[in-house]
Amino acid sequence: MRYNERELLFLARQPAEKAAEILMRLPKKGSVLKKRLVKLVVNFLFYFRTDESEPIGALLLEHCRIIKEEENVFSISFVEEPERKYCFECDSEEQCQEWIEALKRASYEFMRRCLIFYRNEIQKMTGKDPLEQYGISEEARFQLGTHKQ
Amino acid sequence: MKLNERSVAHYATCDSPADHAGFLRKRVERHHHHAHHHHATSYQRRWFVLKGNLLFYFEERESREPVGLVVLEGCTVELCEAAEEFAFAIRFDDAGARAYVLVADGQAAMEAWVKALSRASFDYMRLVVRELEKQLEEASKTLAACHKSPRRSSSSGRKRHLSNPALLPLQEKPTVLENGYSTWGSGGGIPGGAACLDRDGGHTKPPPLPPRRRSAASSAVGSPVPSLSPAMPESPVSPETACFSKLHSWYGQEIAVLRREWQERQKRGHP
Repeated sequence: MRYNERELLFLARQPAEKAAEILMRLPKKGSVLKKRLVKLVVNFLFYFRTDESEPIGALLLEHCRIIKEEENVFSISFVEEPERKYCFECDSEEQCQEWIEALKRASYEFMRRCLIFYRNEIQKMTGKDPLEQYGISEEARFQLGTHKQ
Repeated sequence: MKLNERSVAHYATCDSPADHAGFLRKRVERHHHHAHHHHATSYQRRWFVLKGNLLFYFEERESREPVGLVVLEGCTVELCEAAEEFAFAIRFDDAGARAYVLVADGQAAMEAWVKALSRASFDYMRLVVRELEKQLEEASKTLAACHKSPRRSSSSGRKRHLSNPALLPLQEKPTVLENGYSTWGSGGGIPGGAACLDRDGGHTKPPPLPPRRRSAASSAVGSPVPSLSPAMPESPVSPETACFSKLHSWYGQEIAVLRREWQERQKRGHP
């Protein structure tokens, strides 16, 4: 599958939502934990060798599961392959929880659900559709009931 | 740079609804080896699917896997002066990055695509969500300022501050707040209600019931559709109760009472 790698690399250089040096292990058998610079930008998690400016890889964070594993450890896996886990070992339980929370909110699908929820609540409270002023109330992406997963 | 391509391709083809889809002709970009190198511009017809901030394209509509992906961050979409009618371009902030020139079947299709693509970025979505969050907070404050006293037997909880991350829906099970009310996923926490003051007419309406709390087992990932119980007797709303701090402490007392009752029920083994 082709993709605009150059733009993805450009994205990796943008200000991060969250960034830290964390031990990371790939789902490949026999992989070991390695220290990586992990950087969350929009719905992508980039990971770099700590002394390099270009990421080794990127994970699109859609349809993924963020799971607390053991102490200080969380994993990211994807719905179609739940056993393949990217593991991250943090310095502290607090850091671990912060990353879990941030990653859970990092998907476009999550934001879509928030938006639909808020829209519905506002509509119930005020009788008005808050998206009308944006001229986007008819767009499929914002409809209640069309995005069940 | 590696990408979790298998998962990305799965996201492209899974049954989560697309934000937009349709045939477009994509201009084929070839390298110019000579300044005067002359070749005809060619286009390939592809089936495009927009999901979130990702634009996938497939060889055929029925293809099982996308042939390509355009990540739509840091880009602008504009009509372009190509020889083709109904052409538009996706251009990136990254100077020197090549643009994608796409051609729609007609005026309406082109306008729909340009509109959908210009609003596809994660940042745009985040902006709208934050704006709605603020509006919900405002609406709740207005609502609270109007209410005199909700019925004691109702399950209306005082609205929690929306910036509390515990309120936002998570992909896992919803968190349970300290006083026993579940968050969004289980339908509680924020009382739904129509505006108590119709700004135009000045008459008041009884607020609809707050969303019924669902059991943890039935709360699932995805938009909740809070179900409202059948008709509840009207609660009077007094527009003269303007003193917010009085309302605030009244609410606080009500919460304390409800909480005690709830805790006692818990002790007695009731759900």
